[in-house]
Amino acid sequence: MSDRPPGFSTLAVHAGAQPDPTTGARATPIYQTTSFVFNDADHAASLFGLQAFGNIYTRIGNPTNAVLEERVAALEGGTAALAVASGHAAQVVILQQLLQPGDEFIAARKLYGGSINQFTHAFKSFGWNVVWADPDDISSFERAVTPRTKAIFIESIANPAGSITDIEAISTVARKAGVPLIVDNTLASPYLIRPIDHGADIVVHSLTKFLGGHGNSLGGIIVDAGTFDWSTGGKYPMLSEPRPEYHGIRLQETFGNFAFAIACRVLGLRDLGPALSPFNAFMILTGIETLPLRMQKHCENAKAVAEFLAGHPAVASVSYAGLPSDKYNQLARKYAPKGAGAVFTFSLKGGYDAGVNLVSKLQLFSHLANVGDTRSLVIHPASTTHSQLDDAAKVKSGAGPDVVRLSIGIEDKEDLIADLEQALGA
Amino acid sequence: MNHDAYPDNYIRGILNSVKSIAMVGASPVNVRPSYFAFKYLAQRGYDMIPINPGHVGKDLLGKPFVASLSDIGRPVDMIDIFRNSSHIMPVVEEALTLDPLPKVIWMQLGARDDAAAAKAESVGIKVVMNRCPKIEYGRLSSEISWMGVNSRTLSSKRAPAPTQGMRLSLNRMSVGGGDTAASDRAAKNKTEQS
Ligand SMILES: Cc1ncc(COP(=O)(O)O)c(C=O)c1O
Repeated sequence: MSDRPPGFSTLAVHAGAQPDPTTGARATPIYQTTSFVFNDADHAASLFGLQAFGNIYTRIGNPTNAVLEERVAALEGGTAALAVASGHAAQVVILQQLLQPGDEFIAARKLYGGSINQFTHAFKSFGWNVVWADPDDISSFERAVTPRTKAIFIESIANPAGSITDIEAISTVARKAGVPLIVDNTLASPYLIRPIDHGADIVVHSLTKFLGGHGNSLGGIIVDAGTFDWSTGGKYPMLSEPRPEYHGIRLQETFGNFAFAIACRVLGLRDLGPALSPFNAFMILTGIETLPLRMQKHCENAKAVAEFLAGHPAVASVSYAGLPSDKYNQLARKYAPKGAGAVFTFSLKGGYDAGVNLVSKLQLFSHLANVGDTRSLVIHPASTTHSQLDDAAKVKSGAGPDVVRLSIGIEDKEDLIADLEQALGA
Repeated sequence: MNHDAYPDNYIRGILNSVKSIAMVGASPVNVRPSYFAFKYLAQRGYDMIPINPGHVGKDLLGKPFVASLSDIGRPVDMIDIFRNSSHIMPVVEEALTLDPLPKVIWMQLGARDDAAAAKAESVGIKVVMNRCPKIEYGRLSSEISWMGVNSRTLSSKRAPAPTQGMRLSLNRMSVGGGDTAASDRAAKNKTEQS
């Protein structure tokens, strides 16, 4: 056995998977079953009591999903993970473990529009109050901390404009406040940024995007960094107090540095129910095997397209952190030296109408509401993903009326540039 | 031994070589971590001895409770201590009076006493602190993976399907240390603060 720890690409192919014990199947089998038989009554009781390792019911865990969980935990450098039905489901499950009604969490104002909505409206009805802060002004996070603050939530690379967040600076604020830092790493993927290395306590993904990578399956995942001490001050009773759901188990005491992932599974997924289909887990796992190759190509293409747009007379501005002139280029060099991702925005001199015109003329780019597909995608955020925000909030989140968002795929970059050229030209 | 981060080989060597384990503070209450670990290790074939003076005369999963380490009356390979850090030293001191000495003293998740560890190591006893042997066995065998836990091991070999009472192979390729770099750092900061 060699002592050399395997690299990222090896983990992307192997972590969590091994030949199936019963058949020898080398690809991870799709365990398309709701339930698993018990050996006897004692085995069943041990499993229900969390005393034994094993499978019960696919809403609590499934062997195909478990391979996906271990693989993403390994790629992110976390202790454990939990896969769920979507990125949004992952966010609900995380905050359910951390917040009681009346509690607060601080979130960066630059987020995916759907997350801004979920936090503002859906979570309000649970009594979880979001307090917004500006990721370009770290002191705004410090000022937002109150005794009811239970977490801080940011995106590593923020949707839609591809801006880079100073994770370390915000993690310092979180540590001082004694609350965990949650980082949505969807747009970077662990290939470009590993937030745990920069102080994140919890990483969340929409697997729907670059990790799955082929635009065919919804999924979400929660990664536990194993770094946060949940026992202090009774602030996180789901983790530190005896749980009546499990006859008085204390999760942190029992599961140590992966207790948060277990809480998400046995108190969140089990009771809220957003289970990931094993078929989707299989599709996403297959996607992850090529994550490093795809991210290289996504970033190379994105940079070429951004450079082309920056030099085009019809374009007013390009917001891509990989361009040396960009406001976020310093942060991109620090956090994402392998590439600044493949989702970014630009604005047209012709404003809203020119944006609508461009979208209608593109032949290769697909006009749809997703990012992180092999195919190149285009959307006008102000009228779609960010449409629920008022005009001022649209501008603040980087989705003003003249802005067009691209998600650059892995086609030949010359073809992408030619498509944009013809659509911008006439 | 550096007790902030154990290499997998160290833990693997211990779990592959010890046969008998005396568990100090073993609880008959089935939601206590000691009960979980006792039951699991017994199922994986270890010769388990529950130590708890409050339950002498009763048994734990068929094994009679023993009042103290000195009352076991036969050699034990490993002592697994389920007590808070502040109660570790007297247990270690008692262990050092045993003849023959145990080969390993293991302190449970959350328990750490560096002075007690140094005392045991000075007479050649291996020490593990702030770890759970059930979790480590589950991790190195990858059986823990059902819970989405990062086993930090890889294997391209087909393992036999685990059945009850079966010893599992712990000899998979290690990805990193015994823990992730970030969780090791966090544990070290916590130790330094306390
Ligand atoms: C950054 C980010 N986070 C979360 C989500 C939500 O993920 P899902 O659509 O899988 O629920 C998205 C989806 O667009 C996203 O872009």
